[in-house]
Amino acid sequence: MQTSPFLRIESLTAAYGATRVLDRVDLDVRRGELVALLGSSGCGKTTLLRSIAGFVTPESGRIHIGERDITALAPEHRGTAMMFQSYALWPHMSVAQNIGYGLRMRGWKKEAIAGRVGEMLTLLQLEGYGPRPVTQLSGGQRQRVALGRALAVSPEVLLLDEPMSNLDYKVRVELRHELRALQQRIGITAVYVTHDREEALALADRIAVLNAGRVEQYGTPEELFHQPASAFVAGFMGADNAIDVVPAANGGWQAANGASGGGSMRAYFRSEAAQLLGQSPAGPGALVLSGTVAQMLYVGHGYRYRIRLPASEVWVHAPERIDQGTPASVAVPQEALLLFPLHEQRAA
Amino acid sequence: MTTARLGRVDLLPMVTRGFFLALIAFVIFGPLANLVLWAFAERWYFPNKLPNEYGLSFWYRVFQPRGNALASLGTSVWIAVLTVLFSLAVAVPAGYALARLRLPWRAGILLLFLLPQAVPNMPVYVNIARVFYTIGLNGTVAGVVLVHAAHGLVLAVWIASAAFAAVDASLEEASRNLGASPWTCFRTVTLPLAAPGLIASAIFVFLESLDEFTGTYFVGVPDVTTLPLLMFNASMGGNYQIASITALLLLVPSIAFMLVVERFLKPEVLAMVGR
Repeated sequence: MQTSPFLRIESLTAAYGATRVLDRVDLDVRRGELVALLGSSGCGKTTLLRSIAGFVTPESGRIHIGERDITALAPEHRGTAMMFQSYALWPHMSVAQNIGYGLRMRGWKKEAIAGRVGEMLTLLQLEGYGPRPVTQLSGGQRQRVALGRALAVSPEVLLLDEPMSNLDYKVRVELRHELRALQQRIGITAVYVTHDREEALALADRIAVLNAGRVEQYGTPEELFHQPASAFVAGFMGADNAIDVVPAANGGWQAANGASGGGSMRAYFRSEAAQLLGQSPAGPGALVLSGTVAQMLYVGHGYRYRIRLPASEVWVHAPERIDQGTPASVAVPQEALLLFPLHEQRAA
Repeated sequence: MTTARLGRVDLLPMVTRGFFLALIAFVIFGPLANLVLWAFAERWYFPNKLPNEYGLSFWYRVFQPRGNALASLGTSVWIAVLTVLFSLAVAVPAGYALARLRLPWRAGILLLFLLPQAVPNMPVYVNIARVFYTIGLNGTVAGVVLVHAAHGLVLAVWIASAAFAAVDASLEEASRNLGASPWTCFRTVTLPLAAPGLIASAIFVFLESLDEFTGTYFVGVPDVTTLPLLMFNASMGGNYQIASITALLLLVPSIAFMLVVERFLKPEVLAMVGR
């Protein structure tokens, strides 16, 4: 994998009317890398992808692929291929015609197109489907055809707009692995838009978390998961519990319980990282919270508890069953605490 | 016991339904039956409920080589074809623009095409005839085609715009994305997908032109004689046989095309009409 950036986005700003959708976004993608744009709906991730494809005209900023500045080029001259959320397969064409379309546009000879389409069908395990109308295919098959259509032209950058969102969970997880294996085998550079954290973590070399038109954090999945740069990223990465804390005497932290002294922070942690204390004592430096079990949900591999605390409540995962109303203590190891200053929370 | 009771309960709605169906059938098919009777009546005098004598002699008269019915049929079809071509030439670009571009006066433009239908026909045609007369279009096929197109364009533009709007924009984006120029994208993706709607609109325009009377009367007479004008002349002259036969002739393309339209006009296109 090369280290010099292949796809470079510099200070890209885009707006729909008066609404600013992208605000000075910078992003570097290396050759052969798969980068996920992760964010909730309306964060600008699809707009960013569509500006790379040329369907959105940015107000300012530049986009480069290799040495080429593609900012002002028409979509057909950019050398990108996009896979659409709806797949956007042409219903009046067969599978083979769909896959061969881009090659036809590039002036390939009939036999060459047929050969390449055959390769794609084999690659995507769709042998024999060439003459079929795309309207007769299942969701998973359509998805493969859409991918094949984009890959057939050997694009410099593959753009994927939530390509799995229309599939069942099981098919989605299966295709996720296939797609990753395929992308690594071909070594294609790809930008993948998704709102699914799990998908982004599993697929991407690097993830850019977008929030309100800005890149909140850009890094490897591990970095984002363990060292979120902001409260927003922490929340998006599954740290769904938030509690205000102040420094404790033992060098750790304790719940603020309304008091906001010097050095008070907001701590985020995952429900899996916390422990429900029975007999076992809390580890040194752990944040200990006392409350009662307010709600219990069985989630298959254990229970999820809503623990009511004096000033707030937290969710905790535990393997054993505890009845509602039981007094309970929650311990969060110090290394599982993601701490952010309170004022940043208000800004986000 | 149970079946008998059920039978009695079901009887009343069945009778009512049968009665209404018969009534509707009479309203629709009554005049048509009269038409068919007249077309095959050799002689039919007043007090008789049915023709005195049946025969085909009027059909021979209509279809004889020197008969002007066939000539008018030819004129009618020729004018209808030209009207369709002219309307499509306007409706395809206009419909596409209305469906895809963010035009500021979209609703206004759509209404503009409706205007010729909204005002009373007669004064409009009289004035058109007056204008056409001064520029030498009166009594020409071109003049009649223009009058028919003014009528047909409403249907053509509205349906074409709906047909283009029903084509998912991402299908066009996918085409551009894979290297198609705007024109190639339109030719290979947009047009084929909108074609059923466009064909339907063409058929409506064709039928509209085929039995258009008023405008043709003011602009075309006496040099251009279409089938409806021939029919008018025949029935004014008391020749109901010729009029009926002409009417039946006009009915053939209408029914044939309606069957075709029914196949082509899909719900997703209809849902976009006037949007």
